[in-house]
Amino acid sequence: MSATTQTPTAPDSRTTPPSKLTTLLGDRRLPVLVTATLFLAMYIAGLSRYQNYGFGEPQVFLNLFIDNGYLLVAAVGATFVILSGGIDLSIGSVIGFTTMFTAWLVERQGVSLPLAVLLALGVGAFGGFLMGYVIHNFEIQPFIVTLAGLFLFRGLCLVISKESISISDSSVSSLAQTRVSLGLGELSIGAIAALVVIGVAFYVLHYTRFGRRVYAIGGNEQSAMLMGLPQGRTKIAVYTVSGFCSALAGLLFMLYIQSGDPLHAVGMELDAIAATVIGGTLLTGGSGYVIGTLFGVLVLGLIKSIIQFEGTLSSWWTKIATGVLLCAFILIQRAMTARKQT
Amino acid sequence: MAEPRPVLEMTGIVKEFPGVRALSGVDFRLFPGEIHALMGENGAGKSTMIKVLTGVYSLDGGTITLDGKSVRFASPLQAQQAGINTVYQEVNLCPNLSVAENIFIGREPTRFGRIQWKRMRKEAAELVDRLGLDIDVTAPLSAYPLAVQQLVAIVRSVSTGDGDGEGQGTKVLVLDEPTSSLDRDEVLELFRLMRRLKDDGVAILFVSHFLDQIYEICDRMTVLRNGTLVGEHMVSDLDQVGLIQLMIGKELDKLEELHEHQLRADVGETLLHAEGLGRTGGIAPFDLEIKKGEVVGLAGLLGSGRTELARLLFGADQPDSGKVTVDDKQVPMNAPNDAIGAGVAFCSENRKAEGLVPDLTVRENIILALQAARGWTRPIPAAQRDELVAKYIKALDIRPANPEARVGQLSGGNQQKVLLARWLITQPKLLILDEPTRGIDIGAKAEIQKLVVSLSEDGMSVLYIAAELEEVLRLSHTIGVLRDRKLVARLTNGPEITPSRILETIASGEHQ
Ligand SMILES: Nc1ncnc2c1ncn2[C@@H]1O[C@H](COP(=O)(O)OP(=O)(O)OP(=O)(O)O)[C@@H](O)[C@H]1O
Ligand SMILES: [Mg+2]
Repeated sequence: MSATTQTPTAPDSRTTPPSKLTTLLGDRRLPVLVTATLFLAMYIAGLSRYQNYGFGEPQVFLNLFIDNGYLLVAAVGATFVILSGGIDLSIGSVIGFTTMFTAWLVERQGVSLPLAVLLALGVGAFGGFLMGYVIHNFEIQPFIVTLAGLFLFRGLCLVISKESISISDSSVSSLAQTRVSLGLGELSIGAIAALVVIGVAFYVLHYTRFGRRVYAIGGNEQSAMLMGLPQGRTKIAVYTVSGFCSALAGLLFMLYIQSGDPLHAVGMELDAIAATVIGGTLLTGGSGYVIGTLFGVLVLGLIKSIIQFEGTLSSWWTKIATGVLLCAFILIQRAMTARKQT
Repeated sequence: MAEPRPVLEMTGIVKEFPGVRALSGVDFRLFPGEIHALMGENGAGKSTMIKVLTGVYSLDGGTITLDGKSVRFASPLQAQQAGINTVYQEVNLCPNLSVAENIFIGREPTRFGRIQWKRMRKEAAELVDRLGLDIDVTAPLSAYPLAVQQLVAIVRSVSTGDGDGEGQGTKVLVLDEPTSSLDRDEVLELFRLMRRLKDDGVAILFVSHFLDQIYEICDRMTVLRNGTLVGEHMVSDLDQVGLIQLMIGKELDKLEELHEHQLRADVGETLLHAEGLGRTGGIAPFDLEIKKGEVVGLAGLLGSGRTELARLLFGADQPDSGKVTVDDKQVPMNAPNDAIGAGVAFCSENRKAEGLVPDLTVRENIILALQAARGWTRPIPAAQRDELVAKYIKALDIRPANPEARVGQLSGGNQQKVLLARWLITQPKLLILDEPTRGIDIGAKAEIQKLVVSLSEDGMSVLYIAAELEEVLRLSHTIGVLRDRKLVARLTNGPEITPSRILETIASGEHQ
């Protein structure tokens, strides 16, 4: 039945790679480029408008890292989860819980700071692990499970104490005040930690098998399973990473604010997710870069500083600007995926 | 050459899904160094057998013995680790990753835990090259058409175990319809590869609905029917007619009928006229005329632009140049909706990505296009809807014949039939069929071809795309020949047109 006639030397009309335009539009790096350009444009606009108010000082730029270090770390966790095709709504609660838990350990229980830090990171990672375990083993939507995590950790904050605990431990305040000079300006410990986290996350995502599996299950989980990838283990690990990052973000937040409070960081998961999406990571998973997330956080941070420099604007404008940006970027993503399908 | 002890033995395999007994007590054995065909109609249970073996589904009864040891895998990963590598039906890879990664993921070359990208790309390029495939391994998989993806899946499966030891990891290679979108050349290349592995002592389980391929490459076969074992035979002991009888359980006369079937000689006036229609990077500008009741077949090699042409006519891709008129009225062609409004329907080759909604029922999938054409505010009356659905389930012999079944749970071939029903039900003026018989068993294939003939007799025009030249020749009044993304010739079908004549036209690429 089939063409058993021998084939004359037919020309090789193999699949040609896609045309230049489609390559560019389909390039997964494009959104990162867009975000980086946006950041640069905003920065230049800020320079021209507030030049006389010292916007051009290198320290203003470095402050973006100092003031948003915790958000950067939280957003890295969110990036892992979103890349894998999931979502983590518990980030803000875990951050709040970590501030309470550590403050309580150090101030009320007299636990030494290093031990308290280790315990807090352990609890955060374990919380993430549990959520991942439930999501995988009981096949429940991540949205639901991490929503439960959100309430659980917020509740635990209140179990520890209903009041905020301010931190007077001398090692904490000296850590918080430490500045590392870079010549042009200086960075805090928190900012440096955040930059290290970005670097490590980039390495893990691009140079380890685990990192590639995160992309694979985000691309198509069913296929990843059929390809023989341990998709369950990967998923659990992703939520563990996110839990760990949230706890670390909580520690940085505590260092920044120097208190524990049951209502710290309410809703911060949404900032982390917004930064990730603005940084070009597809909410459907499988596409994005942690460098994009860095720019996403910087853009959000820059909006905040510009509004501060403006002076008369209410801080609510930050939210409005974030909302507008988010919409714009989701539309860009939509256009890109639509383009890819044709 | 079969050794006394099989490498793999499955006995009394039972698998039940809610409401369906997919396998009831099937025995199967596989010897080292043999190529063994698993045969059966659509829905006979071939893929289920493979999925039970490789740990995708759990076993409801029976035993599996690998190398004399009783095994039961909980995941494809475990099966892989035990030396069973599988290409599942439908491409199962990650479209967002590069070709190289899709081949290597899970066992990337690393040094101190760091992935060696350069080495991986180089090795991937070599592997791909060995299969005669000339593609950029750093491009994302989604940039390539289905056939290339299928080849990449094959490359992945045969190279597993290569990384650390020289391929000795693979004991059993399972290929579930790996050739369904491949060209003759690729099939030959694949067969060469399979023979090489066979000589190395690998046992290969092969599924295909192309009987010629089975007779060309396989040593032994096991035939299933409705989830039960019909028998195990040496390929040399059973001829095609005998095999078909075993598969469908009765004599086959449908094919014979079709061969004698005369195409309607007279076709009506022009239905669709495309002038200078083209798209850069897709297909060069072409003219095409399709008359009422005419079947136009498209012939050409893989990547010659068959699908691209169809997509332009349907408005799935926007043309850069040219215009289309249907019934003498110009159609804007900005989106599929314009084409649908003008009476054009398009049955895509990529049922997984662009066609079916796996979580909806058969009924919902079938009426989707009709409902969309009517507009969502005007639901089809339930009685009329059920009647229509029942009619097409029967006409296409969709199994199980249950409109409430979820489409994702149907066998591959039956899913294809559902997609076909969806477009037939809209009663289009022009029906574009892109590889409509991919993955469809021999009986159903004949049914679908008969259907095309009778649709044409009723005055519907059809644009028919198929990799098999015989299939195109059997059905078409006119054949458009494509090469290098250009429509190079238009032949009127007749006794002098043969597959080799078409291949010559493709090779010379001249206008006639
Ligand atoms: N996940 C599932 N849930 C319910 N029923 C299923 C599921 N998978 C398969 N089935 C049913 O099991 C039967 C066997 O299907 P299977 O996919 O094994 O057929 P097949 O022989 O591979 O057919 P084809 O040639 O069309 O690929 C079919 O009736 C199908 O509807
Ligand atoms: Mg099958």
